[in-house]
Amino acid sequence: MGRGVGALSRAAGRGSGSVIGGHAILAIDPSALGVLAGGRQVVLVSGTNGKTTTTKLLAAALAAPEGERRPVVTNLLGANMPAGLAAALAAGPAGAPAVLEVDEAWLGRVAAQVRPSVLVLLNLSRDQLDRNNEVRHVAQRWRQACLEATGAVVVANADDPLVAWAAGKAAKVIWVGAGLRWRNDATGCPDCGGTVLFSEGTDDWSCQKCGFSRPQPDIWLATGTAGARAELAAGESHPLQLRLPGRCNQANAVMAMAGVLGAGGTPGPALAAMAAVAEVAGRYATFDLVGVRARLLLAKNPAGWAEVFDMLAPAPTPVVIAINARTADGHDPSWLWDVPFEALRGRPAIATGERGLDLAVRLHYAQVGHELVPDLVEAVQAAGKRGRTEGTGTGTGTGTGTGTGKVQVDVVANYTSFHQLLARLGRAPGTPGAARAGEAATPGTSGTPGAARAGEAATPGTPTASRGVGP
Amino acid sequence: MSVLIALVYPELLGTYGDSGNATILAQRLRWRGHDTEFVTVSAADSVPASCDIYVIGGGEDLPQGLAAAKLNESRALHRAVDNGAVVLAVCAGFQIMGERFVGPDGRAGAGLGLLDCVTVSTSAPRAIGEVLVEPSDEWQGRGLGVLTGFENHGAVTELGSGARPVGEVRLGTGNKDGTVEGAVAGRIWATYLHGPVLARNPRLADLLLSWVVGPLGPLEDSEPDALHAERVARSFGERNRDDHGGTRHGGTRHGGTRHGGTRHGGTRHSGTRHSGTRHSGTRHSGKGPTGWLRRS
Repeated sequence: MGRGVGALSRAAGRGSGSVIGGHAILAIDPSALGVLAGGRQVVLVSGTNGKTTTTKLLAAALAAPEGERRPVVTNLLGANMPAGLAAALAAGPAGAPAVLEVDEAWLGRVAAQVRPSVLVLLNLSRDQLDRNNEVRHVAQRWRQACLEATGAVVVANADDPLVAWAAGKAAKVIWVGAGLRWRNDATGCPDCGGTVLFSEGTDDWSCQKCGFSRPQPDIWLATGTAGARAELAAGESHPLQLRLPGRCNQANAVMAMAGVLGAGGTPGPALAAMAAVAEVAGRYATFDLVGVRARLLLAKNPAGWAEVFDMLAPAPTPVVIAINARTADGHDPSWLWDVPFEALRGRPAIATGERGLDLAVRLHYAQVGHELVPDLVEAVQAAGKRGRTEGTGTGTGTGTGTGTGKVQVDVVANYTSFHQLLARLGRAPGTPGAARAGEAATPGTSGTPGAARAGEAATPGTPTASRGVGP
Repeated sequence: MSVLIALVYPELLGTYGDSGNATILAQRLRWRGHDTEFVTVSAADSVPASCDIYVIGGGEDLPQGLAAAKLNESRALHRAVDNGAVVLAVCAGFQIMGERFVGPDGRAGAGLGLLDCVTVSTSAPRAIGEVLVEPSDEWQGRGLGVLTGFENHGAVTELGSGARPVGEVRLGTGNKDGTVEGAVAGRIWATYLHGPVLARNPRLADLLLSWVVGPLGPLEDSEPDALHAERVARSFGERNRDDHGGTRHGGTRHGGTRHGGTRHGGTRHSGTRHSGTRHSGTRHSGKGPTGWLRRS
């Protein structure tokens, strides 16, 4: 077996938790992940969308199991491949539980080393296809990982046929009815190639050919006039009172709650801790630019966009859309054509980012009035000129400072453009004075968005380092 | 007459945004005052045989096999092609148009037999990256400039004598080994280019539409042409870096086969059409694609 945790931590430069330090650790001892994970409870979270948010919610919950505080190790800035995980673990206190988001393509290898007690599997859909090639290849790897992780409770989204298939052979599964808005990657049966049909009006789905069907959930998200609730098959029902917006975050919270149950926790305190989370690595945070109050949302693929539309402030609030096509985004932005941007008609739209022209052409054919402003900050300012001041009837209360004279704008960015914008706003990962990697996200301090956990991204401006090439 | 455009099985063959091709065709007709109807054919529906244009996209192995089986069973697309319908088939859609393709189990799957080509597996790495194609003289003569797109495919396609390639590959892999791209036979236009291909190449969209409605007047839209110019210029940059010793997509097929042997140094490019300066970086970066084409 490799060296001790202490040596590995010193190799990383304890407390810095940088990805570079993580690479150093793995160079010294390729089995370091297993060593660093030893003696602690490890929860892994993976999926195409919602990894970072669900990880933050779970970390918040596990940090306050019965109201009291305890340290939790986590990686909150998207450094979700082995080097980032090693860095986060090395920087955290020994013995503290760890909640780690893991890149979908790396899940199997990471799980084999860290031997998690809980595996949370959110969803699978098209993303970075130049790297992942086919969504089904990822599902196949997950299925193998679930088979091999005999000591883990698998928390799986029963509404995603690819996830249900991947988790189907696991020793112990908590099935969650978390919903699935984007279904276009799930209509070919992962088991037999037949057609999966989703029934109208219910959550059921089944393959027409082999009968593979939705597992009966143990926990599910219930939405209705009474507000969102987490319902348990055992009969319990808990209200979900989140500060994070949107249906997808209610789903993330229910998945996180199931993760807490899988880890031996109880729902009540977990939900209270999750309720306090207001932003996640800059997402959902609002930033003031000259005269403009910009709210930042992340959407990096069609499934993500399917959830973003109902988070947007209503028309005519302007929306800025930033698109890059770097390695971490996928080099091919064709996915823009799988997003029903027609829904933005009536809103002033600003296309920006390195592939802003690809987006502008998409908006052109969608007949959405738009302007192309390549520079990110200038794009936000241009949107501000097209918006109305808060308090004149367009505000939705997402900002806290109504009456400030600021113009409200929504900014939806994909992965690297989001990080570029954070950097331009002075909220880059690694901002001086930020909390250290490995310290739990503390509910209640989330009013300081962007007080980023240091050490997650290698260097500001190169987020590709953390969402790059798969195994 | 109302032009009927069918988008075939987007949930099976629509992984790479290729559904956009149908949106683009419909809009370019509408903006010119033509009536058009857009039919989305889902996997549970039967494919109508009466449409004027069929758009088929790329997808994953398992759904590809399912789509081919369904289309072979109904034979509606075969009837439509017999009646002169236009087909735009991309990537996995291209592959199933041929005699056979690589099925989900790795064995040969029965294609639709509408194109004289076969798709087979290869030991070469998956072809992933930007592509530039210089269309053949026939298409250049009809106003089609250099084509730009993004490819992402594992198998390779070999054309028989009954299908002509769209053109010659100037960047990327194309059908097989960096020589030619796509296949055209009658009114079937098949290509590996995503982007979607019609988003990046508005002139190709208009060429396909002209097969249905005859010559088309110009459109007052600048952004599609600007995107075409931007992508072509960027790809030229990549290509010139290649020509000066670099490999583009380290580890993918592009780096290896394209530069091997005869293609860049041999007789192939020394004919009357291309001057000897074709491979110099300065010329391309300065002048863009016009250096390739007889007419710009």
